[in-house]
Amino acid sequence: MQFKSQAVAKPYFIAAIGLFVGQILFGLILGLQYVLGDFLFPEIPFNVARMVHTNLLIVWLLFGFMGGAYYMIPEEAETDLFSPKLALLMFWIFLVAGALTIVGYLTVPYATLAAMTGNDLVETMGREFLEQPLPTKLGIVVVALAFLFNITMTVLKGKKTAIATVLLIGLWGLAVFFLFSFYNPVNVVLDKFWWWWTVHLWVEGVWELILGSFLAFVLIKTTGVDREVIEKWLYVIVTLTLISGIIGTGHHYFWIGTPEYWQWWGSVFSALEPIPFFGMTVFAFNMVNRRRREHPNKAAVLWALGTGVMAFLGAGVWGFLHTLAPVNYYTHGSQITAAHGHMAFYGAYAMVNLMMISYAMPILNGRAANSNKSQVVEMWSFWLMTIAMVFITLFLTAAGILQVWLQRVSDTPLPFMVAQEKIVLFYWMREWAGVVFLIGLILYIASFFIGGKEEAAK
Amino acid sequence: MTDTLSVAPPNPVPTKHLPGDLAIWFFILAELLAFAVFFSAYAFTRTNHVELFNLYQQTLDRNAGALNTVLLITGSWFVVLAVKAAHRDEQKAISRNILLGFLCGGAFLVVKVFEYSAKFGAGISMSTNTFYMFYISLTFFHFMHVILGMVILAILWFQSRQGAYGSHHMNGLESGAAYWHMVDLLWIILFPLVYVMH
Repeated sequence: MQFKSQAVAKPYFIAAIGLFVGQILFGLILGLQYVLGDFLFPEIPFNVARMVHTNLLIVWLLFGFMGGAYYMIPEEAETDLFSPKLALLMFWIFLVAGALTIVGYLTVPYATLAAMTGNDLVETMGREFLEQPLPTKLGIVVVALAFLFNITMTVLKGKKTAIATVLLIGLWGLAVFFLFSFYNPVNVVLDKFWWWWTVHLWVEGVWELILGSFLAFVLIKTTGVDREVIEKWLYVIVTLTLISGIIGTGHHYFWIGTPEYWQWWGSVFSALEPIPFFGMTVFAFNMVNRRRREHPNKAAVLWALGTGVMAFLGAGVWGFLHTLAPVNYYTHGSQITAAHGHMAFYGAYAMVNLMMISYAMPILNGRAANSNKSQVVEMWSFWLMTIAMVFITLFLTAAGILQVWLQRVSDTPLPFMVAQEKIVLFYWMREWAGVVFLIGLILYIASFFIGGKEEAAK
Repeated sequence: MTDTLSVAPPNPVPTKHLPGDLAIWFFILAELLAFAVFFSAYAFTRTNHVELFNLYQQTLDRNAGALNTVLLITGSWFVVLAVKAAHRDEQKAISRNILLGFLCGGAFLVVKVFEYSAKFGAGISMSTNTFYMFYISLTFFHFMHVILGMVILAILWFQSRQGAYGSHHMNGLESGAAYWHMVDLLWIILFPLVYVMH
């Protein structure tokens, strides 16, 4: 570890992984509820389990991003963090607020929770992914601002590299676009229109900058390729991301009551969204092939290559699959969307966080890399989780194609639930793939506790 | 005659050098791809609505379009002169020609704004019909690229005034010039496609 203050990243990483486990457990509960409808009812109804599953995803990714930034920024700026104490304080505030929110979801009916937390003052609840009660939303803003203040001040007093700048733009964008979660017009078209400014412009806009920046950082560290080369790639990827992603928001405006031209704009620009992801894959493989050193942390390099490939497949290819308006007319909101969502989030954002943790945790523990034995286990976890996710995606895609056919395309369309019963086999297979994913995740955690001859810190 | 031919300079040796930075070419290719998708969408949609497209195409101001074509080609010519001047290290000519290229871009915008104001004044919008949707989308998307190209030319002009370019420092100038030529090229396709061909 080059700077003492980088150590604040550690609790963030541990919390991220803890919440990730929670997310997967709720994923398994949800998967079972698809096939055994009253599983855990009335204690944990489907809508609550789904909300916990998606909210935990967002929160653990945010913990990962913050931890990654706290680790990376001092090294890039070549100076200690502006205030490690503030970072630790924010960690506890965010963790407690997050935990209370989840407890709230699970113990109180959602409408009661809304009444208890002042939703009548500013109505922000009840929208997918932005279900958080008002105090939690305000807490997120406070934590995000304190976090941004902290890392921005660090960069301002130190060196300003392109990679750090891209990360700052991504993180500031994340905070700014979250503000749209407070704007909730009564008109449902306007509501949806602005809702996507948080949801889409996060995952298909500014988060991609965070992804690109983390990837560039780890590639510089593990391959020893010149910074200028890596930065040039990063610039191209960032530009392509913004060109395709910003107007690509239009692919959410096809059927919500917005003007028809969005079908063209949304289709054309979102069809280009795979390009930056493809660029990231080429970037990662190219840099690793041109490496000038053999970094002892092979597992981290594997995650870096993996995140490029899986983000391209999940976000790029599976996104393109249903992004053109004439296709989306049939597939909208079907299991094909779920297939895309799963692989895209895993490939782009779960894996980049796992990469950062894989790279940074050994160093935070005082060694360049974990022992060979523990890296072998970690690589097993990589393949188990990744292959399980490929199968989850394939099963959901199959379920989606059948669903679209039975429910929307055939001459005698079936009602929703009747169609669901006919594709139950795929939901069972998805559930078992999910179990394999959990085993992979447990191995990932276990790999950090396996001893063996450690690689010495450099 | 043979004497004069024999003293003519030999053909320039073909070079494998790519003008400008590799990164700008990635960017240009991505831009061209975006426009290509839009152009194809226009073409395929037109085949289903030939009469509608032909009818409303008549309402477009072809003279303004032709004038703008001349302006952009002239602008590109000035940028070529700037690059040539840089090869000869003629500092004043570099910045003068970049400025002239920039002014051509500005004139393009002025003509376009007049054209738009006539159309919008007549109550035409992207929701009027499919033809106007494409007309406004394509020309406005291109309009924004002219603005971006002018921003790039402005940066080049500013840098050239400080002597940043010369026969040994061509990368930045060539990159910007390549982008400006792309803006020109796109219009040369867009203008006949949307304004003229029927």
